[in-house]
Amino acid sequence: MIVRRLVDGVDERLDGTSFIKRNLRKVFPDHWSFMLGELALYSFALLLLTGTFLSLFFVASPAETVYRGPYAPLQGREVSLAYDSVLRISFEVRAGLVMRQTHHWSALVFVAAMTAHLVRVFFTGAFRKPRELSWIIGVTLLVLGIGAGFTGYSLPDDLLSGTGLRIIYSAVLSIPVIGTWLAYLFFGGEFPSAELIPRLFVMHILLIPALIVGALSAHLALVWHQTHTQFRPQGTPEESVTGTPVWPKFALKSVGLAFMTFAVLTGLGGLVQINPIWLYGPFLPYSAPSPAQPDFYAGWLEGLLRLWPNWEFHAFGHTIGELFLPAVVVPGIIFTALALWPFIEARVTRDTAMHHDAQRPREVPVRAGVGAAGIAFFVLLMLAGSNDVLAKYLQVEVDTLNGVLKVLLFVVPVLVFAITWWICRDLRARDAAPIARPARVEFRRNAAGGFDESHDGAGPGAGPGEPVAARPADREDP
Amino acid sequence: MKRPERIAAAAFSVAIAAALALFVAYVQGSGPQAEGVLLALALGGVGVGLLVWATRLMPHIRDETQPRKKTTPATEADRESAVETVEAGVDEIKRRRFLSRLLVGAAGALGLAALIPIRSLGRSPGDSLFRTKWTSGARLVTSDGTPVTSSTLEIGSFITVFPEGHEGSSDSQAVLIRVAPDQLQLPPERGAGAPDGLVAYSKICTHAGCPLGLYLAATHELRCPCHQSTFDVLDSARPVYGPAPRPLPQLPIEIDGAGGLRATGDFTDPVGPSFWEEA
Ligand code: FES
Repeated sequence: MIVRRLVDGVDERLDGTSFIKRNLRKVFPDHWSFMLGELALYSFALLLLTGTFLSLFFVASPAETVYRGPYAPLQGREVSLAYDSVLRISFEVRAGLVMRQTHHWSALVFVAAMTAHLVRVFFTGAFRKPRELSWIIGVTLLVLGIGAGFTGYSLPDDLLSGTGLRIIYSAVLSIPVIGTWLAYLFFGGEFPSAELIPRLFVMHILLIPALIVGALSAHLALVWHQTHTQFRPQGTPEESVTGTPVWPKFALKSVGLAFMTFAVLTGLGGLVQINPIWLYGPFLPYSAPSPAQPDFYAGWLEGLLRLWPNWEFHAFGHTIGELFLPAVVVPGIIFTALALWPFIEARVTRDTAMHHDAQRPREVPVRAGVGAAGIAFFVLLMLAGSNDVLAKYLQVEVDTLNGVLKVLLFVVPVLVFAITWWICRDLRARDAAPIARPARVEFRRNAAGGFDESHDGAGPGAGPGEPVAARPADREDP
Repeated sequence: MKRPERIAAAAFSVAIAAALALFVAYVQGSGPQAEGVLLALALGGVGVGLLVWATRLMPHIRDETQPRKKTTPATEADRESAVETVEAGVDEIKRRRFLSRLLVGAAGALGLAALIPIRSLGRSPGDSLFRTKWTSGARLVTSDGTPVTSSTLEIGSFITVFPEGHEGSSDSQAVLIRVAPDQLQLPPERGAGAPDGLVAYSKICTHAGCPLGLYLAATHELRCPCHQSTFDVLDSARPVYGPAPRPLPQLPIEIDGAGGLRATGDFTDPVGPSFWEEA
């Protein structure tokens, strides 16, 4: 009844019945790897929910106060209102700590799921024409996700987050010509300025989420409109999609996945401690924790900083700081190249056709090789980002480890490229020329009581006589 | 009941029970572990129930094949007419040459005007990066304001110091280290600023600005916790390892009549990471 009224209502006003019907019957292809994007979407949903809760308690102020909460080791310490409010969320607001930890875990899963989704789309060529725009928006979302993570991570004003901010400030400072002005305008003055936390807060809860919601909507609308690429089932025409209709099966499955995502994240939020800022202590400009690692998505940037040589350029009374290349130029090049990949590939392969089929990685060995080499590169950089911990664990000097990592950073990706390329080519060749089916051989008893042999059923089979198929059992007969 | 139906029913029941238990846990303040687990069970119960329902109980409609929507314009003529519409509009605007040029000018001027609110976002850098709060005669104190004297430090130890009245100041933080006086190899013009083997350097790493935390007395090296830049304390804090490109600026100090330590001026160079205006 209600449905009836709704459909009537929409139809009268928007001429929408066929629209509703078409979209309810729209099919979505099923493949486990298509889940990754959904995973990112649902962790973002949980980020918004938990984040709204947290924002009601967080105080975005660097003003000093004396901690008088229940956490004994910090009682009487001078801390900022921001730090104080995060301690309050953690220890006094009921269910506050679950919310906070769930929020942090969701952020990690959000970025991780986006990355995995991007890797999937890359290896299956799902970014090819006409879906380049989806890809670019996707890369933008990844950058925004990292930005959201970073600004959030920096809000509690604890010792660890202060270190990260300081490095970003220094990176901005290193930009030629406008660096100092940019840093002063963005950070409100020399680090650490009183403006900083309120600004990060506005970016974290307003600007970046708004951009993410906008980009995400466009991303989803494009997927809906352009449909998924898929591994096309045999016998279906190229211009078609095969899968589960949205209503009700796909919808129920997707909502089920959403709830599973929420379940895992809240479980982590309750059971696995993350970012225990009370152990790090409040931010002090003259102390830094050691060892200090950023969240995983910034690990490769940290690795770049740790391995980059101490080059600095001086000319005409000016300086281009050491950080400019590893912290600004290289990440800029990496993300630009990533965003433009669909066009780069189309240019190189001279392929301007429309593609709606997902490819298996082996079908394009060079791309698979580049992708695998890229992953190896990032993994090595992440290892470099925690070189102090790694060195302790491996019981070697950090200097030795750094030296080894610098060499590996050049050697391993090349090797990985070559190996992946070779394996993919081999697999592709095998697909193209599958091992020939054994020839069928027929034996016929002839008039003389002996056997005539014929291949593939051709030959004497057409003539009279009693054909005896050469089944294995016959051959084994003693 | 079919088996999947029993599983789904059980999952939904778990969700109901866990959600109710969450109430109790909340009222009793059972802490994050209990809350997290119950939330996970409540949400996961619904999730499992829905997934089992959808995948095992819904009739397996054989996968459906639908035509893809065309994403390209239907005909060449359509595109042509679209191009014409746009171009006709542009021509119409361009016809009023004078007005259209003024419009471009106005847009540009508005763009410039937008710089005004941006300018409010921060103060001018001026020479603030070139100086700190250290002045000639400023007394060296610890983070809690205790004055430092020539006898505060043993050989091989170090301490963080600030100019009196600016304890905790970020850009003025310095490390004071005592080494055996004959080991110091400072250039002559700097030697006077390091009396009795007491030598002070900016505590801000010249790489990315982390505060240096570790003094390796055996090798007389300061090491940064962030990216392991290492500075040789005996040799004007020259970087000997890691990504830091420049030595740590030195703070010239003297021992006053009462044995207290005072700065005789600001750091020898701008502190912290490099920036454009720096030579
Ligand atoms: S900030 Fe000291 S090494 Fe990077």
